[in-house]
Amino acid sequence: MAANTVTTEATAPESAADTPLRIRTVTAESVLTLTGAAVGALALDWVLYERVLPFSGVLGFWVCWYVLFLAFYVAIAALQWDMQSVRDRFFSVAFTTGGILATAIVIDQVAYTLVRGFPAVKHPRFFTQTMANAGPLSPITTGGVAHALVGTLEQILLATFLAVPLGVLAAVYLAEVGGRAARPVRTLVDAMTSLPDIISGLFILAFVVLTIGLPKSGFAASLALAVTMLPIVTRASETVLRIVPGTLREASYALGGSQWRTVLNVVLPTARSGLATAVVLAMARGIGETAPVLLVAGYARGMNANPFNGWQTSLPLYIYYEIQSPANTDKIRAFGGGFALVILVLVLFAIARRAGGGTPGELTRRQRRRLEKESARQRAAREGMGA
Amino acid sequence: VAQVSTGDKIFRGILRASGWSVFVITGLILIFLIVRATKAFRFMGAAFLTTSSWITFSPQHFGIAAILPFGILIALIAMIIAVPTGIAIALYISEYAPARLKPSLIAVIDLMAAIPSIIFGLWGLLFLLPRIIGFDSWLGRHLGFIPVFDFRKSTSIAANYVGSTFIAGIVVSLMVIPIVTSLSRQVFSQAPQGEREGAYALGATRWGMVRTVVLPFGRAGVIGATMLGLGRALGETIAVTLIITPAWIFNYHVLESGSNSIASRIAVDFGSFPDAGSMGLSALMAAGLVLFGMTLIVNTLGAIVISRSRSGAATAD
Repeated sequence: MAANTVTTEATAPESAADTPLRIRTVTAESVLTLTGAAVGALALDWVLYERVLPFSGVLGFWVCWYVLFLAFYVAIAALQWDMQSVRDRFFSVAFTTGGILATAIVIDQVAYTLVRGFPAVKHPRFFTQTMANAGPLSPITTGGVAHALVGTLEQILLATFLAVPLGVLAAVYLAEVGGRAARPVRTLVDAMTSLPDIISGLFILAFVVLTIGLPKSGFAASLALAVTMLPIVTRASETVLRIVPGTLREASYALGGSQWRTVLNVVLPTARSGLATAVVLAMARGIGETAPVLLVAGYARGMNANPFNGWQTSLPLYIYYEIQSPANTDKIRAFGGGFALVILVLVLFAIARRAGGGTPGELTRRQRRRLEKESARQRAAREGMGA
Repeated sequence: VAQVSTGDKIFRGILRASGWSVFVITGLILIFLIVRATKAFRFMGAAFLTTSSWITFSPQHFGIAAILPFGILIALIAMIIAVPTGIAIALYISEYAPARLKPSLIAVIDLMAAIPSIIFGLWGLLFLLPRIIGFDSWLGRHLGFIPVFDFRKSTSIAANYVGSTFIAGIVVSLMVIPIVTSLSRQVFSQAPQGEREGAYALGATRWGMVRTVVLPFGRAGVIGATMLGLGRALGETIAVTLIITPAWIFNYHVLESGSNSIASRIAVDFGSFPDAGSMGLSALMAAGLVLFGMTLIVNTLGAIVISRSRSGAATAD
């Protein structure tokens, strides 16, 4: 507060010429200030960290560098600009590094898994063999993730078949029927989206395995996955259905359409690409879930392609057990499984981004061309009738 | 007013049933956990809340007095890191990032939410751990006068740092950041355009506008996002299980090796009891029930706060 009043007093006489405040400008000064602060901080950090003070560790080095960088930046900026502008620039820099940090973490996670997994994956047999004939001491050329891949794909497809219809119907309820009664449903769905992942596994263990008496199997695992995915599907689908323009619904009602015809023929087709994105994103979330599967899927070293009978392994489970083995080859195998899992997630993610390219109601080029052709055909037919 | 047709009545009935099915599922979870946990609760009584040890083979003596506070401590560390970082990222995406970059940044955050927790676990165990020990030891030696960073063991042995509450908290924070970021970004981007322009018209810098318009407008959303993130942090299982070294006496010295949590206890222990009626399984169900009840309350409060902030936004536009 005090700083505020000081700056206004200091700048008031100069700002007589009524120049607008530039918000986004890249000037030589701003770039040089950034670089200067970064380089200066790096140099001081190196001297302090590696020579003067008894510190060690890569992470600590960069944490100290960042703190020094912010301090340098404020100091250099304060030499040339007024306090208000310094504060503004300080926060821009701080928030921008936040964005860079998030991107860096994601890239680091993905790249680390891919690089560490490569020694296992470069043997193509890794994807065609199971662990049935491979122990901790067998070389990396034998043993693979074929059984886990099959298990993962079967479980995620079953879970999608279970969770998506119910989830989309619930989303239609929230978006189309709505009203006061829907509010607690929406609140609970929101709350369940960050339900502890182990709880759904524990629930299926208590309900399906212990009470009903169904043995541990891939199907039980997909039930647990479905419980985890259901609120995610509902939440994401509702957001998509909400942005379907109300005018489309009104047009359908005005033509005498009932509510269910409107939903089936207008709302859902309009939101189709968005719904596809919601479903695929939920699949990407579900495919990597370990905890729900851990409790109810059991663990098999060999191939079991039948999800309804016998224990089945999925990729996250494979990684979980292999990484806990003390043998080094098993750790490499775990990263090989991680490689496959990350690629699966990335592929699903890419599909989701492609499917949800436009906003609902906006046509792709191919759809527009088809519609134009269709209407031209109808016009020709009408003219033919008139003649 | 047109009469609702029979088809529509049936249709709405189906929709309503599927909407309320989420209540049915939550109810079933509660019922089955309670039923399965009864045996353990009967056996231990109120001592379940005050016992630190977890011995489920005879002579049985178990409780959550160590694993519950350890788990809460991990979640707190995660929140201390994730909330400021998440808000900074959200502000960058909604207010600072160039328009061309925005969709890709949102995709990056979505991808971060979709990275499996087992991958976070691998990364934390084999990438982060060796690189963070130096920082840990620095904290212990120079900030040890703060009780939380007090390090009571020899600082020169790496094994004394491995599997600590602090490292688990950092890894969990990375899983909470996307939740906090995406929810806060949504409320930030809903801040009314007129008031933003008003702030600029009064001569505000961009930070001035963010401080006086965007942050106050998004406050409820940020609080809700924080609570939903806390729910996630409390229940994180696999990454925590891989990273921590189990400890059975609670201490708040976060840098020292040894920690625990309810979820990781369940993940480690569930396989030891093939018999459906065993006390060990019932004890795990009881711990799971405590975890579920706690996160359900936190998440529901968070969801209510968020829905309030959303309903305000709906009237604004």
